[in-house]
Amino acid sequence: MKQNLVVIGAGMASGRMLENLLDAAPDAFNVTLFNGEPRGNYNRLMLSPVLSGEKTYAEIITHDDAWYAERGVNCRFGEHVTKIDRERKVVVGKNGEVPYDKLVIATGSAPFIIPVAGKELPGVVTYRDLEDTNAMIDVSIKPGANAVVIGGGLLGLEAAAGMQMRGAKVTVIHIAGHLMERQLDPAAGYLLQKALQDRGITIHCKGATKAILGKDRVEAVLLEDGTVYPADLVCMAVGIRPEIRIATDAHLEVGRGVVVNDQMQTSDPDIFALGECVEHNKQVFGLVAPLYDQAKVLAATLRAEPAAFRPVQTATKLKVTGCDLFSAGDFAEGPGREDIVLRDPARGQYKRLIIEGDKLIGAVMYGDTADGSWFFGLIKDGTDITDMRETLIFGPSFAGGAKADPMAAVAALPPEAEICGCNGVCKGKIVDAVLGGANTLDLVRAQTKASASCGTCTGLVEQVMAVTLGGDFVANANPPMCKCTDHTHEDVRRLIKAKGLKSIPAVMQELGWKTVGGCASCRPALNYYLLADWPLDYTDDRQSRFVNERNHGNIQKDGTYSVVPRMWGGVTTPAELRAIADAADKYAVPMVKVTGGQRIDLLGVKKEDLPAIWSDLNDAGMVSGHAYSKGLRTVKTCVGSEFCRFGTQDSTGLGIKLEKLLWGSWTPAKVKLAVSGCPRNCAEATCKDIGIVCVDSGYEISVAGAAGMDVKETEFLCKVATEAEVEEVVAAFVQLYRENSRYLHRIYKWVAKVGLEWCKEQIADLENRRALYDRFMLSQSVYQVDPWAELAADARKWAPMADLTLEAAE
Amino acid sequence: MNMMTENWIDIGALDDIPRQGARLVKTARGCVAVFRAADDHVFALDDRCPHKGGPLSEGIVHGHSVTCPLHSWVFDMNTGVAQGADVGQVGTYAARVDQGRVLLSTAVLDRSAA
Ligand code: SRM
Ligand SMILES: Cc1cc2nc3c(=O)[nH]c(=O)nc-3n(C[C@H](O)[C@H](O)[C@H](O)COP(=O)(O)OP(=O)(O)OC[C@H]3O[C@@H](n4cnc5c(N)ncnc54)[C@H](O)[C@@H]3O)c2cc1C
Ligand code: SF4
Ligand code: FES
Repeated sequence: MKQNLVVIGAGMASGRMLENLLDAAPDAFNVTLFNGEPRGNYNRLMLSPVLSGEKTYAEIITHDDAWYAERGVNCRFGEHVTKIDRERKVVVGKNGEVPYDKLVIATGSAPFIIPVAGKELPGVVTYRDLEDTNAMIDVSIKPGANAVVIGGGLLGLEAAAGMQMRGAKVTVIHIAGHLMERQLDPAAGYLLQKALQDRGITIHCKGATKAILGKDRVEAVLLEDGTVYPADLVCMAVGIRPEIRIATDAHLEVGRGVVVNDQMQTSDPDIFALGECVEHNKQVFGLVAPLYDQAKVLAATLRAEPAAFRPVQTATKLKVTGCDLFSAGDFAEGPGREDIVLRDPARGQYKRLIIEGDKLIGAVMYGDTADGSWFFGLIKDGTDITDMRETLIFGPSFAGGAKADPMAAVAALPPEAEICGCNGVCKGKIVDAVLGGANTLDLVRAQTKASASCGTCTGLVEQVMAVTLGGDFVANANPPMCKCTDHTHEDVRRLIKAKGLKSIPAVMQELGWKTVGGCASCRPALNYYLLADWPLDYTDDRQSRFVNERNHGNIQKDGTYSVVPRMWGGVTTPAELRAIADAADKYAVPMVKVTGGQRIDLLGVKKEDLPAIWSDLNDAGMVSGHAYSKGLRTVKTCVGSEFCRFGTQDSTGLGIKLEKLLWGSWTPAKVKLAVSGCPRNCAEATCKDIGIVCVDSGYEISVAGAAGMDVKETEFLCKVATEAEVEEVVAAFVQLYRENSRYLHRIYKWVAKVGLEWCKEQIADLENRRALYDRFMLSQSVYQVDPWAELAADARKWAPMADLTLEAAE
Repeated sequence: MNMMTENWIDIGALDDIPRQGARLVKTARGCVAVFRAADDHVFALDDRCPHKGGPLSEGIVHGHSVTCPLHSWVFDMNTGVAQGADVGQVGTYAARVDQGRVLLSTAVLDRSAA
């Protein structure tokens, strides 16, 4: 006698299962198929081409009415199953009950909705079925439509690209630092972002949605950082969770999904499950390949044939025309794992292979993914790759081709890219000079002026010559920045500007970094270069900072910290002193010390007390003294004309003004100033990075002094008549240093490289001086903030995340 | 170590640890640093550098390595072994992420003092 088989959900998984089952055993079952959607099985993956207009719905139907009719399947489409009654062995739908002998749950998954205000507004959709797709098409084809996609994963990006192709202006908001972070590493994520931006899609990473705004319908999306994006439609594509409600109600065993064994059987022997709604060996599924294997196994199980489900590796491809990316296997680093990285900045390509022992275990690729399936095969089969290791990354067709070229970044620069900033010389001009016969650096300098001024671009000019002359040119070898790259600090700085690179992954990709995530030496340098060059576009990366700057205090040898409030120009008040004394008492500070920089150091403060002590000092009107930063430290002053019988100008007042002008700025290395009221120089201004000595007729500004590991007297820069001019010259000079020096070089080292004469010219040119000053002030508009006030607000993060001291060992 | 017989303690949400950063867990025998790499792998190491006791939790995290903030020794977080010319090893404990929660092996409770 025929058994009654009831299937809940007519999706990709159950569709394949019915094909397998009914082909092999057409007469074994009376099949009833429920589906929440008012239609039968279609290829859900292909909704993206339908959205973009590259396919129609009719083209993606897999089982039409005739298919079901021929196989005698009793279709109950558009009808949700609301209950499974296991005792009576019936399922309950809106239009009545159906008895079962065997039951299959294939309910797929439900999109996750983030719980923000406005999530119920009309115009907020998810991306799961044809209804969602049609809603997105309807809005996108209206002229001037704005769409916001929340979620920069596979689905979100396919939704974004589809709507954009239909004509909408699309913004993607993504919470992580780079797109598709579960499938891609930052380098590939960066290339993908660039490609999507190039086609007009706005990408906002590290964006947390605060609310969806609108009255009767969505109008905009508000982010935590205050950004507002207008929206006629919002698509939430932040993830899915297995649809297990009816299984839970029926008291089947569920975890994240409906728990099944290798035969796809649930905790009830007559009930089976497959697809995205199941959990097998603690694993849930989100791609279709393993579901097809489940379908085969369940079809066999229902026919009482032995079969067991074994999950296979899956590979990901994004179905956005023109964006070629591929990821498969495990791409995390690990013990005994080794990376092979190939970056071709010129062609926008990135390939990374992860090898463990003699096997390939993962691959991430962007740009050229033609070899993806070959690599995927090696991963799945566990092929021994020892013999092909050397050339593996070049793919199966490798026949002794070229190795990665360290000059690729320079070769890829367009002719109009600026190489020499001082003299405005672009690459094309240098190439022309070389082709015209200038085959030495001196000749190029003479003819084009490139690298003839500050000289920091010398390395790059030589590389352009090398690229143009081929093997005939031997450049002066300068040590590279660190083992992660072949470029020098100077080259990296120039290329960041010439190529408009605005993130660490962008620099690593475009300049061909040889490691995956850099090292403790290059990351802080890159973070500095980027924030100095793009104050408005780049967001400081705390995790790329050395501990002192990350925690805004000097770490001590026992792991405690020092707290040094600013004491503007070395001047304090009884009230400030009282607040400092109170703080020292309250937090049991082991040592209170007057520093060599005219202020007070509270040494030995515990990390978890930092936010509280900062906040107490903030309340008394004090801010961080940045005694830990590559930035402005102190401005020492003497008493000056206000009190001293020799004083010529108000050195104390000027020192305070300069400290208020410069504080908070980040610089390549620390910057210290002093202002003395007369040539007796009680503030020791002539051994500082910048020193001002007041005289009757005005102010003598000298620079490039030192009194640390090297002791060096300052050199005269210029003399000015007014305090306002001092401020402009000092800020302009600091900006010149910020823009040109390599990381960790104090001013005296940098000046020794570029020459004092060059610095003098830059400052003497009034227009240039003003422009430098303006750029400095623009940066200050972002960075002159008290980190204490900012960080004290988030005190929770400074304490241990868990306290297990009271937990007993087993 | 056998993952199946290991006992785990939930110490908090993955998102409480910044990517390429660390948070501390206090135990009766000192602090354990729980790191989160850029690829969301988590690692638990004793928060004491074998060189001069530097707090590794404050180091810069790059790949699956961390550089000690005091004198820049570099440790592989998988094994706790110092890299390059430096010789030393810090204690490591099994840690994993399950549904957005960070789980630490109960082995941290009875570790011998480092
Ligand atoms: C606190 C203080 C000593 C004091 O008790 O007076 C101090 C303390 C430190 N100095 Fe200094 N320096 C202090 C004034 C100086 C001075 C004098 C000055 O500023 O007038 C100098 C010489 C002037 C100069 O910089 O040219 C000075 C030259 C250095 C150097 C050598 C720098 C160089 O380029 O040669 C270092 C090492 C470095 O930066 O790499 C250094 C590094 C340090 C560090 C940060 C060591 C470290 O990396 O941990 C010390 C931190 C102690 C702590 O835990 O807080 N400190 N240091 C002074 C803080 C001044 C302030 O109020 O901010
Ligand atoms: C736009 C899009 C693009 C995708 N692209 C890819 C890709 O490129 N590669 C890839 O591998 N995967 C892709 N996927 C994922 C893939 O589609 C899913 O893994 C697959 O569809 C899951 O199959 P399923 O049968 O488990 O669930 P589904 O196909 O979702 O089917 C479940 C069905 O059950 C119905 N249902 C749920 N509850 C009930 C109930 N109580 N009563 C009755 N019916 C119910 C639902 O209405 C639904 O029709 C994509 C998904 C989407 C949405
Ligand atoms: S001179 Fe400076 S760096 Fe050296 S011990 Fe004294 S405070 Fe520390
Ligand atoms: S204490 Fe860690 S390197 Fe010295």
